[in-house]
Amino acid sequence: MTKRAPLAGRLFDGLETVAAWVLALLWISPLLYAFWAAFHAGEYAIHFDIFAPLTLDNFREALSQAPFLRYGLNTFILVTMLLSAQLVICTLAAYAFARYRFYGSDIAFALVLVQLMITPEILIVENYATLADLNLIDTILGIGLPYMASAFGIFLLRQAFKSTPKELEDAARLEGCGTFAILMRVYVPLAHPTYLAYGLVSISHHWNNFLWPLVVTNSVETRPLTVGLGVFGAPESGVNWSILSAATLLSVAPLLIAFLLFQRQFIQSFMHAGIK
Amino acid sequence: MLNSIKKTLTGVATAACMTALATGAPATAQAKTDLTMYYPIAVGGPLTTVIDGMVADFMKENPDINVSAIYAGNYNDARVKALAALSSGSPAQLSVMFSIDLYELIEQDAIVAFDDVVTTDEDKAWLKSFYPTLMENGVTGGKTWGIPFQRSTIVMYYNKDAFRAAGLDPDKAPATWDEMVDAGKKLTKSDGSQWGVMIPSTGYPYWMFGALTMQNNQVLMNPAGSKTHFDAPATIEALQFWKDLGAKDKIMPEGTIEWGTLRQNFLEGKTAIMWHSTGNLTTVKKSATFDFGVAMLPAKQRLGTPTGGGNFYIFKKTTPEERTAAMKLIKFMTSPDRSADWSIETGYMGVSQAAYDTPKLQEYVKGFPYAAVARDQLEFATAELSTYQTGRVRKALDDAIQAALTGSKSPEEALKEAQETADRLLKTYQ
Amino acid sequence: MYLSPNVMRHVHGWLLLTPAVILLVAFTHYPTVATVINSLYSKGTAIRPSRFVGLANYELMAEDPIFWKVLFNNMWFALGTIPTSIALAIVMALLVNRALPGRSFVRMAYFTPTVLPMIAVANIWLFFYSPDIGLIDNIAAWFGIPGHNWLGDPNTVLPAIIVMTIWKEAGFFMIFYLAALQHIPPELREAARLEGASRWYFFRRVLFPLLMPTTLFVLINAVLNSFKLVDHLFVLTKGGPDNASNLLLYYIFESAFSYFDTTYAATLTVLLLALLAVMALAQFFLLDRRIHYR
Repeated sequence: MTKRAPLAGRLFDGLETVAAWVLALLWISPLLYAFWAAFHAGEYAIHFDIFAPLTLDNFREALSQAPFLRYGLNTFILVTMLLSAQLVICTLAAYAFARYRFYGSDIAFALVLVQLMITPEILIVENYATLADLNLIDTILGIGLPYMASAFGIFLLRQAFKSTPKELEDAARLEGCGTFAILMRVYVPLAHPTYLAYGLVSISHHWNNFLWPLVVTNSVETRPLTVGLGVFGAPESGVNWSILSAATLLSVAPLLIAFLLFQRQFIQSFMHAGIK
Repeated sequence: MLNSIKKTLTGVATAACMTALATGAPATAQAKTDLTMYYPIAVGGPLTTVIDGMVADFMKENPDINVSAIYAGNYNDARVKALAALSSGSPAQLSVMFSIDLYELIEQDAIVAFDDVVTTDEDKAWLKSFYPTLMENGVTGGKTWGIPFQRSTIVMYYNKDAFRAAGLDPDKAPATWDEMVDAGKKLTKSDGSQWGVMIPSTGYPYWMFGALTMQNNQVLMNPAGSKTHFDAPATIEALQFWKDLGAKDKIMPEGTIEWGTLRQNFLEGKTAIMWHSTGNLTTVKKSATFDFGVAMLPAKQRLGTPTGGGNFYIFKKTTPEERTAAMKLIKFMTSPDRSADWSIETGYMGVSQAAYDTPKLQEYVKGFPYAAVARDQLEFATAELSTYQTGRVRKALDDAIQAALTGSKSPEEALKEAQETADRLLKTYQ
Repeated sequence: MYLSPNVMRHVHGWLLLTPAVILLVAFTHYPTVATVINSLYSKGTAIRPSRFVGLANYELMAEDPIFWKVLFNNMWFALGTIPTSIALAIVMALLVNRALPGRSFVRMAYFTPTVLPMIAVANIWLFFYSPDIGLIDNIAAWFGIPGHNWLGDPNTVLPAIIVMTIWKEAGFFMIFYLAALQHIPPELREAARLEGASRWYFFRRVLFPLLMPTTLFVLINAVLNSFKLVDHLFVLTKGGPDNASNLLLYYIFESAFSYFDTTYAATLTVLLLALLAVMALAQFFLLDRRIHYR
């Protein structure tokens, strides 16, 4: 049985720390670079002069070339509307699956799980045709509609509801609560962490969604940030790196700031969602 | 008797009032005509602001028409959006789209010929007031389907300071293929910091290629849009020349050259000569920190360039009022005055002789003669590549060009494949 | 009207399910069926309406060289991104799981790319990859290495995109491994140390098998992403040069929205669905057997 010499052990630990740090710096550098380019004039995008003057001109230019504030508002409306709908629809469906045994529930659940794999973007051509028939092209509602029944949400909430102790439901029933009251008084409050987790995952995912909104939206009034950025950086009109970086930062800013402020919650949410 | 006179007078008065109301009513009771149009941007500059300005001026002069001009991205995006809008609940009435989308739009039965919309003799004459070469891509079957708006040719931008440094005469741009290769060899620095020539091969490679083939006295398709000449010997020779610029003469980087970053490369001095749309002219003029010049593209057997850019189209799914309103808008946007403004702001060509005859454009050209290069080149210009199934046919040629330039296929092999694909796609139209 | 509690149970269940069912059928199940049916028809234009052609579209697809290129690209893309990002994710999770000075910062650095949309990531990396004026070529120039047209060379474009995708995805997978690691009782590691097992041995024989459920989950996610993630193509290469970076979903998008060939797009989609189905089945049946569940 060999015992490692303390020094070697500490050295190894130290090396690991250094490795972790180097990797971290490497990992964050692209974003740091975008910050650098956005706050400095075009010429300095490539030449790293430490004393180059900071400027907000790029942001001004980006904002004047495309209405990023409006895009931000559109995205905010989209994400809020979508999450609200998801919370309601998925809660109801999860409750049904968790606490009711009814004909066809197994088949129905299996069919729900299909959406985990076959997300709306994959069926983009047909879904676009459906939206056109519903006259919802170029509306924010149109962007959100296919995602409102989220298989992931139903799955997570079903797990959460299933692990709620039956005694609580029985107690509530004894007090004379009906179906809905039981749902709202017992199940929903206890699934609070799951709701939070799902909420953050959903917000991140839909804030950053691109392909489907690209196809559905045409005008500035409905276009979200990602599509606005994609259209802005359209290679044909030529690229000015500083302005493009500024535009990129404007697009990612809301979510990034939220993430930096609520790091712990974000990471816990994703972890929580992953365990299930 | 007084009674009957009163009655008659009342009758006449009432009739007069009714007539007055009837003729006056349309002016007040008429609803605003709403027009939606999509437009693309494929060159640099704050062009959305310019368009918005022009549209605002139009609405001021025409208070009964409400126009919403929507920026749709590049030419592909504009076509996709406009056609998609047609099948959705909120269609557009007119749009600026690629001049070469013509056959696709006709096949989709999406547009209406201008000959079917113009009624007065004045309007009919207006149809003929544009440069004939620019009309080539908009006319088929004897009818006019597209009116030129943001039109261009390829021009050769060159860095005069770099020319001087290499011992070349800055006022004599290369006029032939051989001269360009010679100049390129002198301009290319061995450390790779400056190349002689850059011709972009992403974005719209077939467009650049159309220039090379025209200079070799070869067109790429027949006027009916049903046959392509991708594997003609002169075509293969042109692609071989393009490839050799990088592979043999070493005056151009090998592989593909990015359309979007080319202008920046030129402005940073990475290349001494660039082939690009005249639509970039004003942006280059504003941003260049060195002395630069613009010239016609060099000749092989002859001078040549394709025309490029976007036309106005009116959609079929429109009411007569909308068509009248759309005509007004199109006439406004392409009027000599507006065309002159647009040309000065962007570098796109004035679309009619009348535009160049306006005092402001005459003065501009006098002070900045490069603004007239594209117009002067029109004499030697040809229509841009346009056929049925145009998207797929173009892609076949684009892929062939990129394959040859990256060395994965020989020019002959690549072009023969492209021709086969085109033949297969166009079989039913012949 | 009185219905027995039993019947009410079924009614209630389905009523609760109704909104979800309507939406899921409308946007997942119905389109799937419609796509399959559509793939059996020819492309329609105003001049020549669409007609039933059976499997003709599938024959066209089999003869389409671009289709095969796209399929291979997807395969290489998956092979390139998935194992590497998973490996990196495990390494990151292990590094971050210990008490590390500046641990929060390190964890944030690894995870941040995940909260960025792919389109923003593509914009940033577009600059890195630009020939001559781009960052990578600039750095290479300091070392005297000649620059390269990373995105314009068919040989390097796919690897370039793979590197960018790994940067985006690794942090995301790290989170799941982190969660799993925190559920592993520390006594296991103590026991291993007491018995003199090396860290590598501990990892290989104890840790990694315990992480199998997470790996399965991450694998499914990664495979799905490798098919769904095409946002960057819009900004970087549009599938070029010569389809060297074209991916299946982007080709479907092109066929439907650029060439207006919705029936061919449907054919391609059916193939995509088939691939996803096969992958799902494979993962659940094959890997399920080999997972060590606690």
